[in-house]
Amino acid sequence: MAVRPQAEKRTRAPAAAKAGAKPSKAQQNPVNYQVADFSKDEELKAYHDMLLIRRFEEKAGQLYGMGLIGGFCHLYIGQEAVVVGIQMCLREGADQNTTSYRDHGHMLACGMDPKGVMAELTGRKGGYSKGKGGSMHMFSKEKQFFGGHGIVGAQVPIGAGLALANQYRGNDNVSVVYFGDGAANQGQVYETFNMAQLWKLPVIFVIENNRYAMGTSVSRASAQTDFAKRGDAFNIPAEQVDGMDVRAVKAAAERATEWCRTGNGPYILEVQTYRYRGHSMSDPAKYRSKDEVQKMRDERDPIEQVRKRLIDNGWATEDDLKAVDKDVRAVVTEAADFASSDPEPDVSELWTDILI
Amino acid sequence: MAIDILMPALSPTMEEGKLAKWSKKVGDVVKSGDVIAEIETDKATMEVEAVDEGEIVEILVPEGTEGVKVNAVIARIAGEGSSAKPAPAPEAASAPAPAAAPATVAAAPVAVVVAADPAIPAGTAYVPMTVREALREAMAEEMRSDGDVFIMGEEVAEYQGAYKITQGLLQEFGPRRVVDTPITEHGFAGIAVGAAFGGLKPIVEFMTFNFAMQAIDHIINSAAKTLYMSGGQMGCSIVFRGPNGAAARVGAQHSQDYAAWYSQIPGLKVVMPYTAADAKGLLKAAIRDPNPVIFLENEILYGQTFDVPKLDDFVLPIGKARIHKPGKDVTIVSFGIGMTYAVKAAAELAGLGIDAEVIDLRTIRPMDLPTVIESVKKTGRLVTIEEGWPQGSVGDYIANRVSREAFDYLDAPVITIAGKDVPMPYAANLEKLALPTVAEVVEAVRAVTYR
Ligand SMILES: Cc1ncc(C[n+]2csc(CCOP(=O)(O)OP(=O)(O)O)c2C)c(N)n1
Ligand SMILES: [Mg+2]
Repeated sequence: MAVRPQAEKRTRAPAAAKAGAKPSKAQQNPVNYQVADFSKDEELKAYHDMLLIRRFEEKAGQLYGMGLIGGFCHLYIGQEAVVVGIQMCLREGADQNTTSYRDHGHMLACGMDPKGVMAELTGRKGGYSKGKGGSMHMFSKEKQFFGGHGIVGAQVPIGAGLALANQYRGNDNVSVVYFGDGAANQGQVYETFNMAQLWKLPVIFVIENNRYAMGTSVSRASAQTDFAKRGDAFNIPAEQVDGMDVRAVKAAAERATEWCRTGNGPYILEVQTYRYRGHSMSDPAKYRSKDEVQKMRDERDPIEQVRKRLIDNGWATEDDLKAVDKDVRAVVTEAADFASSDPEPDVSELWTDILI
Repeated sequence: MAIDILMPALSPTMEEGKLAKWSKKVGDVVKSGDVIAEIETDKATMEVEAVDEGEIVEILVPEGTEGVKVNAVIARIAGEGSSAKPAPAPEAASAPAPAAAPATVAAAPVAVVVAADPAIPAGTAYVPMTVREALREAMAEEMRSDGDVFIMGEEVAEYQGAYKITQGLLQEFGPRRVVDTPITEHGFAGIAVGAAFGGLKPIVEFMTFNFAMQAIDHIINSAAKTLYMSGGQMGCSIVFRGPNGAAARVGAQHSQDYAAWYSQIPGLKVVMPYTAADAKGLLKAAIRDPNPVIFLENEILYGQTFDVPKLDDFVLPIGKARIHKPGKDVTIVSFGIGMTYAVKAAAELAGLGIDAEVIDLRTIRPMDLPTVIESVKKTGRLVTIEEGWPQGSVGDYIANRVSREAFDYLDAPVITIAGKDVPMPYAANLEKLALPTVAEVVEAVRAVTYR
């Protein structure tokens, strides 16, 4: 099964990224707050992409409040730096992304159309799944986005399976699979870790540790709260990353993608992040204090950090950033308008897409 | 240009709430993410965050106001600069009316009148109670009387239950007997089965039965088969319970009805109550039962109110159907939430001069076929209703048995009504079409009664 991808070797491959190499010290010692130096363009891009997710999610929350979105709606506010930082190292439309139900941000980062995403949230014809999937279940073959999974942990072996397909074909695409701290306790995650390392599958396991699984804090559900160690038994290299700093996420993702593309097998990133909103819309969030949330927002906000650097470096003025916000709001408003005026799917759609 | 701030809905079923507190006042400038108010519903207090930015120019609903309708304008802010997008309200107004909740969701609790149950002594007093409260009481009573009974599952303890069924149990029984688990269904179901082999009586709550698919190997291979494989030595007194079937707009992976699946398994008992009284009496029986019992609840029924007998120890027999409404023209058989269609259809049919007998199976395995067959012998006609899929449905099994055991009494082919043969769609219009309807039941009854 251990088919090596016939990937061309990169010239700037890190020392550890040679086929069969041992992970470096930094990778074994899982505390990594190293950051990538961002150019002005990178800072501006990160700012824009994170702001788009935030404004989109705020709007989704509002549409939910108006009864336009039903069922569950899991917002990504606070975690924006995770997908944005990782996506900066991926090839859009070639590398695969798979995640849980908390998926709106991932789809926007993959380059999916905000109108199509929002229209799926409202269950309309123009949604990515024609309104049949809903907020938890969206897919885009074009953008290589493989869902949107409602069953906690189920996306993990699926992401590894996509990596198997890459390896089988001999291309050097990587599959990135995101899952939560809660999902990290599911048995199928460890079955997948074993096979991924055994077969050297080019998959990056991104554990989005936002400290809570619904109302359960990490320490109440996990015997080993250091998720970067979860791959130790399988010898999978892992890093713990500051997920509120998009530069740190990008730097780690660079090492991880390099490692995977050059045929070394899987890589684990435990990205430490935080969700500001409730688990879903009707979560009264009594399991944490308001102060805890406020402190995170005030001191660690991923968007605010970039904003401050842009201003401090003289790379943007307040007015420049206001203009970015205005553009982003226009995109989101257009998405919301579309999602609330687009018709529901035709009733004949009830019976389509069950078998090919 | 002023932007309207609307009273938000915090859940798909919320229609109004109390504006408990304003965190901002007129003149304050708000930005996205600022908490502007707190609202209260029957379940929780929640914060409302600003989405649009600008100065609050008007507060239209004072704090402390009860019964504020969802989507009512509660305040206005002046947008920053003239380019700010105005009120989102027109967007909503231009949208096709979103079905806030499918027809099956009863907005207000309705007290349902139930025919007298022969298992309940005459002269018993009744108290109105929601299905949620009934389930909680059943567990609390059994935990008080038997120290071997304990509950485990996701969010059952500190969070007080994802659907608040276990509310207060941690406070009364402590963490030894009310155990929060990680999200590892296969693992904790197996651990619970092992504990049952060891003589304890676990109640395993699945946050929903959709997630029990992760654990179904232990439910069937370990819990259901071991008594047989051990030649009768090793019993497994365990209850697997939780909401089953479709809720509202939660999509294909969260809406499956497992009644037919589990009803196939020898070594299991399968209970699926409709009323609060049955929920209480049968859950108590399930906890006491020395066998593995699958107890299928329903999220939409949790908030519905029924009369529950006021008895110190109210236990109902597993495996006995209940005649919900006697009648002579047609037999309608259902169970769980399927009963909501049956009950409404029976009322409509009465208007058409058709007197339906409605049977609530309550237990799907072992199934009380004698009660069904007895009724069919009287009416000569049978319609079954369930929300699960048609092929291999519970109704199919009933139809088969009735056609073998009461063939000579049938005056029309049996009609089995089920959910449509599709995964549950998310879109509001399609979701409605995927579930059975009262109209389908009425139509089926008219077909079998030739009226
Ligand atoms: C198998 C399974 N069990 C339970 C659930 C219910 N559930 C949905 S999300 C969730 C918490 C998951 O937390 P985590 O993995 O940390 O992800 P986060 O929501 O924090 O992004 C639970 C228990 C589910 N969807 N699937
Ligand atoms: Mg989490």
